[in-house]
Amino acid sequence: MPLLRLALLSLLSLLAACSSEQNEPYPTAERGKNILYSAFTDRPKHLDPVQSYTEDEITFTAQIYEPPLQYHYLKRPYTLIPATSEAVPVPRYVDAQGGELPADAPVAQIAHSVYEIRIRPGIRYQPHPAFATDSAGEPLYRDLSREQLRAIETLADFPKTGTRELVADDYIYEIKRLAHPRLHSPIFSMMAERIVGLRELGTALQGEAKALPAGAWLDLDRFPLTGVTRVDRYTYRITLRGKYPQFAYWLAMPFFAPVPREVDRFYSQPGMAEKNLTLDWYPVGTGPFMLTHNNPNSRMVLERNPNFHGETYPCTGEPGDEAAGLLADCGKPLPFIDKAVFSREKESIPYWNKFLQGYYDASGISSDSFDQAVRLGVGGDVQLSDEMREKGISLLTSVRASIFYMGFNMLDPVVGGLSESTTKLRQALSIVIDQEEFISIFMNGRGIAATSPLPPGIFGYLEGEAGSNPVVYDWVDGRAQRKPLAVAKQLLAEAGWPDGRNATSGEPLVLNLDTTSGGMGDKSRLDWLTRQFAKLDIQLVVRSTDFNRFQEKVRKGAVQLYYLGWNADYPDPENFLFLLAGSEGKVAKSGENASNYANPEFDRLFERMKNMESEGPRGAERLAIIRQSIALLQHDAPWIYGFHPKSYTLGHVWLHNRKPTDVGNNILKYQRLDVAQRQRLRQEWNRPVLWPLAAALVLVAVLLPAVIGYRRRERGTA
Amino acid sequence: MLAYIVRRLLYALPILIGVNLITFALFFVVNTPDDMARMQLGVKRVTPEAIAKWKAERGYDKPLFINGSAAGVGVLTDTIFFDKSARMFAGDFGRAEDGRDIAREIRTRMGPSLAIALPTFVLGLLVTVSFALLLTFFRASYLDFWGVVLCVAMMSISGLFYIIGGQYLISKIWKLVPISGYGGGLDAWKFLILPMAIGVISGIGSSARWYRTIFIEEISRDYVRTARAKGLSEVTVLFRHVLRNAMIPILTGVVVVIPLLFMGSLLTESFFGIPGLGSYTIDAINAQDFAVVRAMVFIGSVLYIVGLILTDISYTFVDPRIRFN
Repeated sequence: MPLLRLALLSLLSLLAACSSEQNEPYPTAERGKNILYSAFTDRPKHLDPVQSYTEDEITFTAQIYEPPLQYHYLKRPYTLIPATSEAVPVPRYVDAQGGELPADAPVAQIAHSVYEIRIRPGIRYQPHPAFATDSAGEPLYRDLSREQLRAIETLADFPKTGTRELVADDYIYEIKRLAHPRLHSPIFSMMAERIVGLRELGTALQGEAKALPAGAWLDLDRFPLTGVTRVDRYTYRITLRGKYPQFAYWLAMPFFAPVPREVDRFYSQPGMAEKNLTLDWYPVGTGPFMLTHNNPNSRMVLERNPNFHGETYPCTGEPGDEAAGLLADCGKPLPFIDKAVFSREKESIPYWNKFLQGYYDASGISSDSFDQAVRLGVGGDVQLSDEMREKGISLLTSVRASIFYMGFNMLDPVVGGLSESTTKLRQALSIVIDQEEFISIFMNGRGIAATSPLPPGIFGYLEGEAGSNPVVYDWVDGRAQRKPLAVAKQLLAEAGWPDGRNATSGEPLVLNLDTTSGGMGDKSRLDWLTRQFAKLDIQLVVRSTDFNRFQEKVRKGAVQLYYLGWNADYPDPENFLFLLAGSEGKVAKSGENASNYANPEFDRLFERMKNMESEGPRGAERLAIIRQSIALLQHDAPWIYGFHPKSYTLGHVWLHNRKPTDVGNNILKYQRLDVAQRQRLRQEWNRPVLWPLAAALVLVAVLLPAVIGYRRRERGTA
Repeated sequence: MLAYIVRRLLYALPILIGVNLITFALFFVVNTPDDMARMQLGVKRVTPEAIAKWKAERGYDKPLFINGSAAGVGVLTDTIFFDKSARMFAGDFGRAEDGRDIAREIRTRMGPSLAIALPTFVLGLLVTVSFALLLTFFRASYLDFWGVVLCVAMMSISGLFYIIGGQYLISKIWKLVPISGYGGGLDAWKFLILPMAIGVISGIGSSARWYRTIFIEEISRDYVRTARAKGLSEVTVLFRHVLRNAMIPILTGVVVVIPLLFMGSLLTESFFGIPGLGSYTIDAINAQDFAVVRAMVFIGSVLYIVGLILTDISYTFVDPRIRFN
């Protein structure tokens, strides 16, 4: 039976080949290496620090670029520490005549704030062809012809690379790039209000860009920026209009990371952009990692920067960090990992299953896999499922520095304005929409009900009774209890809508909610919401539309109620309370205040608060102002404060030093892997099941003789 | 034949202009240049000034179709439609709204798309034709009956079910191949085998049933009876005679699809993490990237026209009676 022998031989070869991890999605050569595996869902649009603003992008850019400041990885509340700078800059204040003012000078006297930043000498850039020089010290790859570029497809095709020291000029160059007319930096308009001379620079550059041929290099060094000057090789000075304490937070974002002039010039050569050889595709930095492979459709790879200046793991944190093992690596050099491979996973199911197989080191929890990963205890506490615990997976939860809310358009004649009747109507609705129930039903408990715009972890957020919203909650037996429906009905009646009808005309109260929803999942949410309004006999009309039309309606003030959210740019109350400042009115000023709320008292408090520091002698005063502002917002109820989402992330037992953070994004350097343990567990979890293959081979072995026999008989007959 | 092809290609020109016009009109009915700018610049801290700058930079500050303020032919040429469409006919797709080169992106993504689509297409064709011939061979038997029932059942199941079920069984439970991903070189096979198998299996139901109908009709012809009377085996009759004579309807459905294989498959590529062209258009629509949308629709139209021409040509190979006139 030669056929049977062949089948058995094939089976044995297959068994030998399928010894372990046949389902491994990575090259075998990577096994046992110090590589972190992660995934991304949406491809990053921009990696140029002047344009990049979204979470998808900062996952990469924060590991590559180094702004002067960064957040302490472990301390909470979030604390700024130096990254490339020698110290966190303390602003000097000067008056209109240029005279020095004390730190506590009244805001009205402060004409300018001056930030002087000194960077540490000896920091070097990652290897890059833009720094490669010939024997005469001239750039090797400048003024390349299209012919010379023909053989070049990626940066790796340049045979030589070089590096150079980071200097103050690189930071100045990047700040000038904020005004670059072809780059469209999202913060240009805002920074042009603050940085002296930035707007003028933008105008000058726009004129120059028009005069130049399309795509030609715009040499920013030819244009002065009066508010940003070089003091010496390692020091630069930024002059802002007025007082802006939040500016220090911006100095921790990639917008203020260094970009060397020669890199900008290198990428501006004709023919580069056609090959995606741009700073937007291949970032250049001094950070712990460099992007060595960029295919945002499938895989992006960060590798250790051999020129990284060195940094050590923090030795202090917040209480509980030591017990959690987060200080075990105190003083050890960073980064711990050699490489991070990010694979694109557009669908949640493959992502989740690969995490369970050990092929991703950490994962979020999608709603599809929530029940498999987590179970809620009787008291609402969250526990890992038995399956996760058996695998040694750990769960990290944290409340995010975000808020989702339902806003009222304060320009609307029915729900808007600051009159007593409309205020009471909004207060009644704030009570009747049960956010706790929403979080429980639709978010698997992954959130906490908001009582003000400020999320936990932000200065001014208060726990307990002090932080409760007295308009919506009663404080009973040490916990907040939503006010009864009768209170909401009473408020509604006082607002002139008893039982949901106009006290004068008898017309029913019909409110319109504009939303971008429309899918199957959203229908149940909107049905739930309609039922909440119906408790007060108010009819809710849901006007679903696409995102563009929704935005347009909000811009024009053509909405009555709407849903929106906000993620913190930086951990300061100003970054949330400005969403309700009159100066940010959406209709009047094209700002971020979509509710068009304008209360002079709140605006006055906000103007005072925003120019104060949370630390130091005026911290208590600032806190008092924030509490006053919040009390005002709770009374006026321009928003129904929805919820602050909770993030749940899972990590394998071999991944160490994980701590949730919302604003510090350069976290990759702190992660440590136990590679041997990962390899052992992956092998254990991924032993292939071979009987289906064996069964298939047996079936073939059985059927084949029958087919051959049939063929022989047919031929014999013919 | 050359004259025929040239004539057909000339006919294609007005079709392509029409397709381009309709794509343009439909896109801008839903999205304004302001919407596009907002999508590219993000929703945070976007000022009207930034939007105006973005539009001017990319030429979206002009009128859509008619420029009343221009003189002469500028009335038609100094418009967004002309600016964005004319270059495509010269094969210049320009840049996506995020600045990346579209032609390069298409070249990069075409390989992975073809790596899945081509083998799936060829294998699928072989398997479904063979299966349909098997059913024909056992026609009017229980095997045929249950085969047809199986086909109906298979064609009634959503493609998504095959994908999720296949990933669950083969990759998660049996752990035989990776659930998703893509690799080049020798590593590619382990990523391609599952999507290919799922592609083939999910296509069997509808295709095999259709081919069986064609074969059953063909098998009752006189020439088949003659072939059998000559003493040819049933396999020879089916594969050499019936299949050859049933080629016209098969080619009608099959050849037109071949050029479109370049366009990839949205669902398969999305679930298996294949970096192909399938999801490129959908991503572009979601990102309101008109440059990519118009390029992909244009390429799709060109490929479809090429497919139709190839179909016509293929008829002449399987049936010598057909002439190009």
